[in-house]
Amino acid sequence: MPEVTFVQAVNQALMYEMGADERVVVLGEDVAATGGVFRATEGLVERYGPDRVIDTPISETVIAGLGIGLAAEGMRPVVEIQFTGFIYPAMDQLLNHASRLRNRTRGRLTCPMVLRAAGGGLIKSPEHHSDTPEALLATIPGLKVVVPSTPAQAYGLLLAAIRDPDPVVVLETSRLYRALREDVPDDGVALPIGMSFVRRQGNDLTLVTWGGMVPEVLAVAEELAADGVEATVIDVASISPLDMDTILESVGQTGRCVIVHEAARQGGFGAEIAARLADEGLTSLAAPVTRMTGYDAIYPLARLEGRYVPDRRRIAAAARKVLEYA
Amino acid sequence: MATVAPFDIPYTRIIAPDGSVDGDLPDFARDPAGVIPLYRAMVRTRTFDARAIALHRTGRLGTYPSGLGQEAVGAGIAYAMKPEDVLVPAYRDTSAQLGRGVTPFELLMYWGGDERGSDYSGPRRDFPVSITVGEHPPHAAGVALAMQIRRESRVALCTLGDGATSKGAFYEAINVAGSMWLPLVVVIVNNQWAISAPRAIQSGAPTLAQKAVAAGFPGEQVDGNDVIAVADVCSRAVERARSGEGPTLIEAITYRLGDHTTVDDARRYREDAEVSKAWGNEPLGRIRSFLVAGGAWTKEDEEGLLAECAAEIDRAAEEYLATPAMPVEAMFDHLYEELPPAVEAQRRQAIRESATDA
Repeated sequence: MPEVTFVQAVNQALMYEMGADERVVVLGEDVAATGGVFRATEGLVERYGPDRVIDTPISETVIAGLGIGLAAEGMRPVVEIQFTGFIYPAMDQLLNHASRLRNRTRGRLTCPMVLRAAGGGLIKSPEHHSDTPEALLATIPGLKVVVPSTPAQAYGLLLAAIRDPDPVVVLETSRLYRALREDVPDDGVALPIGMSFVRRQGNDLTLVTWGGMVPEVLAVAEELAADGVEATVIDVASISPLDMDTILESVGQTGRCVIVHEAARQGGFGAEIAARLADEGLTSLAAPVTRMTGYDAIYPLARLEGRYVPDRRRIAAAARKVLEYA
Repeated sequence: MATVAPFDIPYTRIIAPDGSVDGDLPDFARDPAGVIPLYRAMVRTRTFDARAIALHRTGRLGTYPSGLGQEAVGAGIAYAMKPEDVLVPAYRDTSAQLGRGVTPFELLMYWGGDERGSDYSGPRRDFPVSITVGEHPPHAAGVALAMQIRRESRVALCTLGDGATSKGAFYEAINVAGSMWLPLVVVIVNNQWAISAPRAIQSGAPTLAQKAVAAGFPGEQVDGNDVIAVADVCSRAVERARSGEGPTLIEAITYRLGDHTTVDDARRYREDAEVSKAWGNEPLGRIRSFLVAGGAWTKEDEEGLLAECAAEIDRAAEEYLATPAMPVEAMFDHLYEELPPAVEAQRRQAIRESATDA
């Protein structure tokens, strides 16, 4: 079986589900003729035609709004916002409309829409291309938010998102698109939304992370193992709903937790996990819950971005500090 | 110099404010009896409107946006649409909603603060009213796109106010409707006022209908207080959309005779003289005059209709007032199709905490 990259896995999922369900339509900027700026939608228009793979005007509000109308009419739209930094014009559509349509109409109209967007830094892109807005989205009731970190997750969670009866935002990490390869059987099997993945088992420390930070955190866990410290790495994957049980269970064993994310610290999604640990896991804690995150500063341009996103050195330092508590 | 893109904005009025015929009567109105259903619809809406305001004043309804004076626009829109079409309304479009089959009970439930009011028993695919101003036209475009993809003979119709034409989402929606040639009709209900902001503040363009020019499809004005003209213009636009001839933007010129809502006082920002003058142009009187002149309406008919509407709205109000609020867990019932375990604990907490209150 050929190994595929993350972005190929996204394409594979779209290709599969468009074949399996004729209600699935893909729309966004540059998704048809050029197959997406990252080629995530490559070949779709050739196979499924321009009725179902639609290049839209450059208009994020209308891309999300079209998705809502299509979904309410029983279609399964997968809309693409090219970069997470351009998601904000669509926020009213997500926050006031997509997430609320089912509740507002007591289930009469629903919004089974998927909104995909690529984000995350370290690809030397222009301003506004590097945001990781999962915390903004996680605070919206009625919405689901997933952040895949591997080709297999990209495939399985996107399938789950398309089949989900409610709106799901899939935040993809552009620097992972071609960084990883793995076997991803094109079997149409979805991964569950609302479940985290334990990527490594250890009894000394729990490292909690998601998306683009997962490879870095796994690498740090290996460095720590060389020093005899065994860490559990939890890949949250599903920001909303959050699988808190897996985190509580692990921290119950290790007593120590570092949460790592790329977005700014204040009000970041790590704060939610830390608060939940304080509420529900306090008695098992042997050390303060620590966050290693982007700074509460504007995401810098390319020359400094490597200093903003937590790197292995900073993550390892945070882990060692937590381990110092007796 | 050459002109590369000329445009003109037609204006349609068929019945003058005094009830006289001032244009070409459409087929349905050649026999005045054919206009009676439209007149009945307007009287029914006005009866509902008055009752809603009275319920608010006595503390039994939430904030309500009166559609007084705008009854003809919605009646004409509902006349033009087929049941399988989809209405994507703004919040002051009670008239269109009643015409579509949303019940007075449902409307009172909604404005009385109960989500069940948007679970319409009649037009199941119509959207709930948009409270956010002008953010809903993209939804109507999406509905129209679904119809187009499935090659259905259906049309989406979106209503919005003059103030909403200042919103980016409105422009984005008409723009995509033009580029995709969607089966969409957008009706601007220009009632001259967006709370305290007069029409002139919204745009320097002499008409709002001409915004369609930039979107690449026809725009036209209609006397929004002439229900026959609205029904005719909307019917033509809806049927063009249905037959693949593309979108239309209609600016219905009307006037908001009431306050913005029951918590607004329009006397703070507009002259009584302007409102008094507008009353001379209101939509019910002119059609009643038209019907009476055509021998199709009598004093007894009028009294019978008023009594019938009052009785219907009375029943709806009684039913609304007798309907208990939903239990607290209702706020979780339709959050997702299946409530995630992560939220289930809060549902139980809400039930527990409500029980403690009681």
